[in-house]
Amino acid sequence: MAVVELRDVSKRYASGVLALDRVGFAVESGRVLVLLGTSGSGKTTALKTVNGLVTPEAGEVTVLGRRVAAWDGVELRRRIGYVIQEVGLLPHLTVRENVELVPRLLGWPPERRQERSRELLALVGLQPERHGEAAPSQLSGGERQRVGLARALAADPPLLLMDEPFGALDPLTRRRLQDEFKDLQRRLGKTVLLVTHDVPEALRLADEVVVMDLGRVVQSGPPAAVRAAPEPGFVADFFRAALA
Amino acid sequence: MDLLAFAAERRAEIAALAAEHVVLVLVATAIALAVGLPLGIAMTRSPRVARPVLAVVNVAQTIPSLALFGFLIPVPLIGGVGARSAIVALAAYALLPIVRNTYTGILQVDRAVVEAATGMGMTGGQRLRLVELPLALPVILAGVRVATVISVGTATIAAAIGAGGLGTYVFRGLATVDTRLILAGAIPAAALALGADALLGAVQRARRPARAAGLLALAAAAALAVLQAPALRPAAPAVVVGSKNFTEQVVLGEVLGALLEEKGFRVQRRLNLGGTTLCHAALRAGEIALYVEYTGTALTEILKRPGSSDPVRVYDEVASAYAELGLRVSRPLGFDNSYALVVRPSVAAERGLRTISDLARHARDLRVGLFGEFLEREDGMAGLTKAYGFRFARPPVEMDLGLLYPALASGQVDVAVGSATDGLIAAMDLVVLEDDRRYFPPYDAVVVMNVERLAEHPGIEAAVDALAGRLDAPTMRRLNHAVDGEHRSPAEVAREFLGTAGVVRP
Repeated sequence: MAVVELRDVSKRYASGVLALDRVGFAVESGRVLVLLGTSGSGKTTALKTVNGLVTPEAGEVTVLGRRVAAWDGVELRRRIGYVIQEVGLLPHLTVRENVELVPRLLGWPPERRQERSRELLALVGLQPERHGEAAPSQLSGGERQRVGLARALAADPPLLLMDEPFGALDPLTRRRLQDEFKDLQRRLGKTVLLVTHDVPEALRLADEVVVMDLGRVVQSGPPAAVRAAPEPGFVADFFRAALA
Repeated sequence: MDLLAFAAERRAEIAALAAEHVVLVLVATAIALAVGLPLGIAMTRSPRVARPVLAVVNVAQTIPSLALFGFLIPVPLIGGVGARSAIVALAAYALLPIVRNTYTGILQVDRAVVEAATGMGMTGGQRLRLVELPLALPVILAGVRVATVISVGTATIAAAIGAGGLGTYVFRGLATVDTRLILAGAIPAAALALGADALLGAVQRARRPARAAGLLALAAAAALAVLQAPALRPAAPAVVVGSKNFTEQVVLGEVLGALLEEKGFRVQRRLNLGGTTLCHAALRAGEIALYVEYTGTALTEILKRPGSSDPVRVYDEVASAYAELGLRVSRPLGFDNSYALVVRPSVAAERGLRTISDLARHARDLRVGLFGEFLEREDGMAGLTKAYGFRFARPPVEMDLGLLYPALASGQVDVAVGSATDGLIAAMDLVVLEDDRRYFPPYDAVVVMNVERLAEHPGIEAAVDALAGRLDAPTMRRLNHAVDGEHRSPAEVAREFLGTAGVVRP
């Protein structure tokens, strides 16, 4: 069953740029779909049509069995974990408060929230006692990304949207977090839509890769298949440059 | 040491004035916050209203405070004489920094953070409360800090409209040339401003500014409750006596107050109001029931009619014109407070000055000092120089009434335009030049009263009538000198006069 499905989705920005041009793909339950492309390819815009931050002009986006247009935006977004690079954490709240944010919006009682945040911080490899009361600015980049993931998982959403979640990390930390994430995803069985410009990352994490260029899907398929036979032109160039 | 002893002696009164001052500032700032915060937020939500709203609050801040008071006096509910008008004016001034900082504070929050908050499933209100306001807080607090410090300073003007506060001392000190009084008002006001600045600065730097701001707001509310908002108590059904802001007026206000109290009325004093226009507006609005006016002033400045040198004609014309405005004019009190051109005795002797005509011959090398009103008035400087056909070489130096005599005594000006009953004329042995061409119209002192208020408190008119003809110019000059020269309190001088004049029991 597809948890997320885009069909012929188009979006033109006020500047006249065509950000999405009849984009279509589907994310099956429990699978990781990676949108891969250079900056300006439209991959982040496509991701934002899923949680309603961007409204397409044409085409249809279906999430959790209902068209996005039919969802109440707030209601929908509370069922989706959202992980963004760097800026995602609210700078005026502590790590614990950040993780408890969505449960708080959902009106969970304080004890249940605290229990959940301890559990999640431990799950992503942080120490609740040591990191919980720190400000995001006091953490390292890798620790911040772990907190971002913990926050996205806080209300146990079936679907995670991740926008360059490991972007601002050094190669070693990135590699370690990718492995931990993959492991965690398998254990928890979450459906994930992840955006990246990093070809090795896409190949490592994806069950399905969708390559985008200039607002269009140019190739999609299992990572091994895409890697073995990239479409001549953009995809082949992109892969060659990235994997050289 | 003199100042310290003075402050120690008056500490209870200074504390009470400081409390009034704090109440004015707290209430005004609270109102400005209650209005400005939502306004600033609304501006970020619909940018189309942002520009016009900013323009309006900008303009509000440029209106001179006395002009603002003038507009407010006749306005029901928010206006009148007293704390309400002062608070409205202070809140209007505090609005700009609060609105502007709320607006820019929210706009400068990183758009990516705001989008992340939306992406997490926050509603618009939650985003505002949990993300935008907390992140804009340092900027908003900076605005509140500026607004509060400005309010503490501006609140001294509140005394001009009878709202009390430390400005009462400043104005009274200026009117009576009493530096100790000025300092006893100005130093605590400056200390309050510094204190407020330090307190809000500490809140800004606090580790959790939101919590600190909340605590401060609680403390402010508690302070307000403790101070019992004396300035805000609703006006009791008392007879309200007004006066303008110079010594003679304050003394006469106290004379009227003491006289009416002696006759059994409950009296509220609104003395030291900021000028003729304000007093007249307050009287017409019934905000004050009575004050002392001068026939010449009433005719030319209030009624805007041509002057005349015949005292009887002037009185009759004023009385009948006032009747049409719903005001009554008492019989003259007995002295004519005309303008007086005053010089130092040494200058008079050296140049042989006795009359204004004598002055005309020396006008080219003399410096004249006067207060603003005299430059503006129909019967002021322009008319005077025309009537006598002279012109001062240098433009006149404009200064506050209270600074005029010190300037004359220290030789910074050679001629001062004062009034005939100024106590300092006697105290400083100054020479009054004779108005030999009878240019100045008669300025007979009369009590002007609001007819509606007279009807509410029968007996006022009869009580006031007992003063008719009892105050001649030397008496008035003596009373003024007792305050200006001997630094006695106007209330005490007034009671003593009523006793010795036999108007009431001593």
